Amino acid sequence: METIQFVANNLGTIGEMAVEHISIVAVAVGLAILTGVPLGIAITQNRQVADTVLYVASIIVTIPSIALFGLMIPVLSLIGQGIGWLPAVIAILLYSQLPIVRNTYTAITNVDPALREAARGMGMTAAQRLWRVEIPIAVPVIMAGVRTAVVMNIGVAAIAAYIGAGGLGVLISRGITQTDSRQLIAGAIAVSLLAILADWALLQVQKRLTPAGLTR
Amino acid sequence: MIRLENLTKTFDTPNGTVVAADKVNMEVPSGEICILLGPSGCGKTTALKMINRLIPPSSGKIFINGEDTSGLNDIELRRKIGYVIQQIGLFPNMTIEENICVVPRLLGWDLKRARARAAELLALVGLEPRLFLKRYPKELSGGQQQRVGVIRALAADPPVMLMDEPFGAIDPINREIIQDEFLKMQATLKKTIMFVSHDIDEAVKMGDKIAIFRAGKIEQYDAPDRILAHPVNAFVADFVGADRTLKRLRLITAEEVADPDAPVIARHGRAADAAAMLRNSDHRFLVVIDADHRPVGYVTAEEAEGSSGLVGDLAHPLPATVPVRADLRAVVSEMFAHDTLWLTLVDDGGRFAGVVTQPAVTRCLGETYARANAA
Repeated sequence: METIQFVANNLGTIGEMAVEHISIVAVAVGLAILTGVPLGIAITQNRQVADTVLYVASIIVTIPSIALFGLMIPVLSLIGQGIGWLPAVIAILLYSQLPIVRNTYTAITNVDPALREAARGMGMTAAQRLWRVEIPIAVPVIMAGVRTAVVMNIGVAAIAAYIGAGGLGVLISRGITQTDSRQLIAGAIAVSLLAILADWALLQVQKRLTPAGLTR
Repeated sequence: MIRLENLTKTFDTPNGTVVAADKVNMEVPSGEICILLGPSGCGKTTALKMINRLIPPSSGKIFINGEDTSGLNDIELRRKIGYVIQQIGLFPNMTIEENICVVPRLLGWDLKRARARAAELLALVGLEPRLFLKRYPKELSGGQQQRVGVIRALAADPPVMLMDEPFGAIDPINREIIQDEFLKMQATLKKTIMFVSHDIDEAVKMGDKIAIFRAGKIEQYDAPDRILAHPVNAFVADFVGADRTLKRLRLITAEEVADPDAPVIARHGRAADAAAMLRNSDHRFLVVIDADHRPVGYVTAEEAEGSSGLVGDLAHPLPATVPVRADLRAVVSEMFAHDTLWLTLVDDGGRFAGVVTQPAVTRCLGETYARANAA
């Protein structure tokens, strides 16, 4: 009851925090798509390189976010950005690589070899094969990777409140330090809701981007 | 015309060099279908894929319509050659229309022309364009997909087609139908076709010529009837099978062995006349025909002799009739089914067109052996 009262009284602030939260995740995952998808496609050319890249991406994910933030402070302090928005974005960009690179790589390598042979035999160039056949067919799996990255990192972004990046995590950290269960619960619920909504919204995007012939 | 000159492919493996195709020399004349036939691993697919360089040749030359293809880059070359594979390989993200338009669009045709071509080709294989153009491959049956696979390869009207076991994944009933359709199309399109198969029956049916491969070499390159009747060695004989003479039955139509002058008599003719006609000929029976020249029965010499009635009253029903264009396998099959040594042929209008006898069939099959023995 108290929590509902708290939320009702602070809707504006919570809304601003949500927007901050979304902006961190959106920018980071957006950049992760721009880097991870080409990387995932590039490594399909060489099995060994692919194994190495996916191994490194897996190791990054095992680093606890709070430790990663700590590690970045001295480095980013050199440009005066040791805490705040930038390290949060960088951390999420790094964490997003694994699901996005791995799904892209898997999707492209799993394209039916018969399709690749048909495309080659018909005289498509490598770029034409990629854009007209392989990527359209890989889209659903790539998008599934993006969704995983977003859901996972909405949680990571909450912890970024500890390095002053803002967002809904602020409610949680304040709730803990001030032993205020209203803020704590409101923050936790808001983060969960955001994750669920983002996943649903991206599922709609995924359906939109998936070629009709793959679903009918 | 496709000509292969000393075409060779070697692969370096950890166990040494493997020769997949060894100085293959052959020429497929324009408008003919050449079947590359052999057991798996014999080099037939390698030979085929070297033509569109999906497998780059180690040495040797390939000429298409007299032009040495080594002057073309891979992409140009492939766009000039139709390519059909067993797994069909229709792009699932594209509609049927988009699939067919791929090569024409790559070649720079405008959209309108490419689309018109797609509709034309669909109609050619009996798929109503209005219903199929906007569908996706998943919505088609296997047989329909394979038809689309074939017409996609024909889209830009290439003079040459390469087909890698194109009908191998289709159930036997549909395979026969699609093979027949394809032969009918080929009769007007006159493409020069290299066709890989491992099925001797398919090869005999589809091929103008058959090249039998073993261990990267051509063992025999000949017309189907020559391969079946005169295999050059034990390998070819084994490969085409102990029943190879029976397989030749498919290559000959009933018409070719029929006796078109077999005597006939009208239904209302007199039995005495029938007896007289048979006495002056080698024939032992007369086919009875109606006013429209359709066979309705037969009378034997014994029964006609001394009978005073009309032929129509004496006549026995015919066990079966076969169309003139039926192959001898169908004819012989009918003979066995009805325990008879002869059958009546009818033309498209159901009119009498002659008689086929078992001795005539065996004589026709045997001629080539007699000639070979004499030579």
